Amino acid sequence: MIRDITIGQYYPSNSIIHRLDPRVKLMGTLTYVLSLFLFRGLAGFAAVTAGLAAVVKLSKVPFRYMVKGLKAIAAILAITVMFNLFLTPGEPLVSVWKLKITEEGLKSAGFMAVRLSYLILGSSVLTLATTPNQLTDGMEKSLRPFRRIGVPVHEVSMIMSIALRFIPILIEETDKIMKAQLARGADFESGNLIKRAKAMVPLLVPLFISAFRRANDLAMAMEARCYNGGEGRTKMKPLKYKGRDGVAYLLIAGYFAGIIMLRVWM
Amino acid sequence: MNFIEARKLVHEYFRRDEEGNVEGITTALDQVDLGIKPGEFVAVLGHNGSGKSTLAKHLNVLLRASGGTLWVDGKDTLDENYLWDIRQNTGMVFQNPDNQIIAGVVEEDVAFGPENIGIPTDEIWERVERSLKSVGMLQYRGHSPNKLSGGQKQRVAIAGVMAMEPKCIVLDEPTAMLDPSGRKEVLDAVEALNREKGVTVILITHYMEEVTGADKVYVMDHGRVVMQGTPRQIFSRVEELKSYRLDVPQVTLLAHGLKKAGLDIPAGILTRQELSEVLCRLYGEEGKNPEDTLTG
Repeated sequence: MIRDITIGQYYPSNSIIHRLDPRVKLMGTLTYVLSLFLFRGLAGFAAVTAGLAAVVKLSKVPFRYMVKGLKAIAAILAITVMFNLFLTPGEPLVSVWKLKITEEGLKSAGFMAVRLSYLILGSSVLTLATTPNQLTDGMEKSLRPFRRIGVPVHEVSMIMSIALRFIPILIEETDKIMKAQLARGADFESGNLIKRAKAMVPLLVPLFISAFRRANDLAMAMEARCYNGGEGRTKMKPLKYKGRDGVAYLLIAGYFAGIIMLRVWM
Repeated sequence: MNFIEARKLVHEYFRRDEEGNVEGITTALDQVDLGIKPGEFVAVLGHNGSGKSTLAKHLNVLLRASGGTLWVDGKDTLDENYLWDIRQNTGMVFQNPDNQIIAGVVEEDVAFGPENIGIPTDEIWERVERSLKSVGMLQYRGHSPNKLSGGQKQRVAIAGVMAMEPKCIVLDEPTAMLDPSGRKEVLDAVEALNREKGVTVILITHYMEEVTGADKVYVMDHGRVVMQGTPRQIFSRVEELKSYRLDVPQVTLLAHGLKKAGLDIPAGILTRQELSEVLCRLYGEEGKNPEDTLTG
C-alpha cells in the first residue's frame, strides 16, 4: 500500500514537450498558473482550456494518467466547492433549512473547481514530461540570479535531487520496518485516529535513525568524491537552448498576452 | 618511492558525555606503519573494531591523524593544501552500495566525481563510458540504480571512482553486504583494474578468501598492525590468525589440520587446487585429475 505513493512521477515518451528545455517548461507552468487566476468569463475559460488541451495532446501522456493526480485533491476540491456554494451571499436559488445556494455561489464554485483541477492537471504535465534530474537542473539554472541575494540555489537543487533518489529506498525501508514490527505484534490498522498515530511511533523512530545514518554515509561518500559545493563544478549534461525552445517561449508569451487581453476587454 | 607511507600513525576517538567533556579515549589506530608501492594489490584484514575502516578513511583524508605522519603520493595528509589532490588520487568505495550512489541514473552518478573536479563536458562523457566499460556496466548506463543488484551497484560505485582517474582505490569492505555471486563480481572487477590499468588497490575486508590474490596482506587487531607479509606467509600462521578472531579459509584449515596430524604438507595452502596437488603427490595417484581426488 505504501508503494502507491508516487512523487516526481515521470512518464517516458519522446514527445516535443518531453524534449523541451526544463527551463521553458518551468516558465510555461508558472505562466499557466498565473493565467488560471487571471482569466475571467467563458471566453477566458475557453482560452485556458484550449491551451491545456494543446499541451496535453502534444505531451502524448495518456489523459487518464493525469486524472489520477486529481484523486489526491478530491477532498480539498469538495470542501472548496461546498464553501463557495453555500457561503457566497446573493439571491438564493434553492434554500434548504439554513443553507441556501445562490447564483453567484454556483458560478464561483464552478470556476473554483475548474481552476483547482486545471492547476493540478497543468502542473502534472510538468512532472510527467520532465525527469526529476532535468527538473532540478532547470530550477538550479533559472533560479541562479537569486544567488546574489544569498539563496543557496545549488545546494537546494542538490538536496532535491538526492531526496528524489532516496524516496524509493526509504519507502522500501519503511515497508521492511513495518513488517518487522507487525511480526512482533504491532497493530497499525485498528483503533481510532490517535491510537493509530501512536502506533506509527515504533515505525518512525527506526526510520529516522536509519535516514540519519544514510545521510552521514552519503555525505562522506560525496566528500570522498571531491564534492566541494557548486563552485567550479562542470556538468555532464549542461542545459542548452535549442530552436524549439525559442518557439515555445514565443508561444507562452503569446498565450499570456491573449489571456490578459481577454481579461481587459471582457 | 612508496605510494602510501605511514609512520607511527595514531588516531584517537574521544568519547564525550552530554556536556562535551572527554569521558574516555579510544585509540583506533596505534602506531601503524605502512608502505605500499604503486600498482600493488594490498589487503588489510581485521575483525570488527580492529581499526581497519579508520585506516581507510585516513587514506582519503576523511579523517586526520592525531599523531604520526601519513604520506599519500608523496603528499603529507596533514597539509590542508593537498586535500582535494589526495582525494582525487585515492578514490574510495564504501560498504553500503545504496548510500554512496548520488544520482538517479547510472551514468550521471559516474559523472558526479568528474563534475566535482571540473572536467569539461566532452571529457566527462568519455570518462563515464570508459569507466563503465572497465567494470562491465556499460549496458546499464541509462538505468536507475534502484533496479540494480547489490554487486552491480557496487560496480557502479567503483566506476564512479575510476572516472576521476585515481592512482589508487581504497575499498572499505565493499563486499560485506553482498551475496556470494555479487562478491565475486566486485572482486573480479577490482582485480581486473589492478591488473590491466595498474591501479593501486587497497582492499579492506574481513573475508580471508578475498585476500589470497593480494601482493601483500596486513592484519590488524586493536588498532595495531600485528602481521604483514604475502598471503602465503600470513596463512601459514593459522593459530595466530585464529587468535585475532579471523576465519581461516576452509582449505587452509584442512591443510593445517592434516599437517598437524602428521602429513607432509607445506604451510600456507591457499587454494583447493594446491591442496589436491599436494595430496596427489603424497599418495602417488598420477594421471588422475587432482580435483576428483578431493571431491570424490
